[in-house]
Amino acid sequence: MAKVTMTINGRSVTRDVAGETLLSSLLRDDIGLTGTHVGCDTSQCGACTVHVNGTSVKSCTMFAAEADGAEVTTIEGMANADGSLSVIQAAFQEHHGLQCGFCTPGMVMTASNLLKENPKPTEGEVRAYLEGNICRCTGYHNIVKAILAASGQDVSAIAAE
Amino acid sequence: MYAFDIERPTTIADAVAALKADEAQPLSGGQTLIPTLKARLAAPSKLISLSGISDMIGLSDEGGALRIGGATKHDTVAKEAGATHPGLAGLAARIGDPAVRHRGTIGGSIANNDPAACYPSAALAHGATIVTDRRDIAADDFFTGLFDTALEDGEIVTAVRFPRPEASNYQKFEQPASRFAMVGVFVAKFADGVRVAVTGAGEDGVFRWTEAETALSSSFTPGAVEGLSVSADGLISDLHGSAAYRAHLIKVMTKRAVAAAE
Repeated sequence: MAKVTMTINGRSVTRDVAGETLLSSLLRDDIGLTGTHVGCDTSQCGACTVHVNGTSVKSCTMFAAEADGAEVTTIEGMANADGSLSVIQAAFQEHHGLQCGFCTPGMVMTASNLLKENPKPTEGEVRAYLEGNICRCTGYHNIVKAILAASGQDVSAIAAE
Repeated sequence: MYAFDIERPTTIADAVAALKADEAQPLSGGQTLIPTLKARLAAPSKLISLSGISDMIGLSDEGGALRIGGATKHDTVAKEAGATHPGLAGLAARIGDPAVRHRGTIGGSIANNDPAACYPSAALAHGATIVTDRRDIAADDFFTGLFDTALEDGEIVTAVRFPRPEASNYQKFEQPASRFAMVGVFVAKFADGVRVAVTGAGEDGVFRWTEAETALSSSFTPGAVEGLSVSADGLISDLHGSAAYRAHLIKVMTKRAVAAAE
């Protein structure tokens, strides 16, 4: 066991963790932040995506011990300070960017990282950036539309294919 | 996973000392190692994390060559290597997906020598030097077989030094589910000749296509390899593609890489 301290959604957290404890396990099982979903647990699906020091990582493929000293943001940290939905979250709602919702936390975290790096992405750039996030419901189209809308671009011309 | 401890040294010397413990194993970005541990294909007593060693992170100029620290993430290489090494930056930008590129490291990829990994082809095509905690190893001597390298037990890839090519490009034909290279070809042109390295296809891992190197050294055009053919002997055959298919792809990817080289 090793003592780790990190900032999760702005709150400092200290825990004793075993070497093999994954960041996803720490977040869900110890801290109770179950918005981070574990889908495949093999680094394929991206449902567990969180931000570590400002960039997206798959929390099922990072050890909690390696996040010692880091700033971690999960989906629970994405809403505005007053509790209202952030621009990206609101766009997912507005454009039906989710159906069952399982992949949505990872999609939102990845989209947020994309828009930070590339504030006005093309549709192709959005699709390429989502290659590590799998959705089995939507066919991706409305997710892409929501992210383009969140970037402030006009999506009325994108047909509901 | 089986139980183990993690140590996070901050210097190369401390990491090398920690790796002397029984059943200790280095952990870099973990994007291959963690899935391997979950599958219980490895059972280390202790992982020595290399991610906190600042001397192993970042890009720097070293006498005209590009030195990349072993713990440097793919995403950093993709964003920072392009000015002098566009082929290398382009390769790093297409490894895995964004989240994987935010964790995975060049040293981890080189040391693991997965036969379908991208980075070994860049190292071999550049004639790069693999720098470890104890010596320099030429890329031509480093990749010794499937998941096998010239590294000794407990030896760490601290950096990789890439000479600056006049032109370079990497073309990857992806296995669509895994994003690994079904065939990847890296072409690098230097004043004294062209080097062509192939990943994803060889049963013994990455290799050089020397006939193409000779042809491209006299004429650096896609047409220069037109008359050549790659033997399917020694190439991987699996459910994704036969050896003959991979042999064909090697030539196609080589021509594309030459056409796109900058």
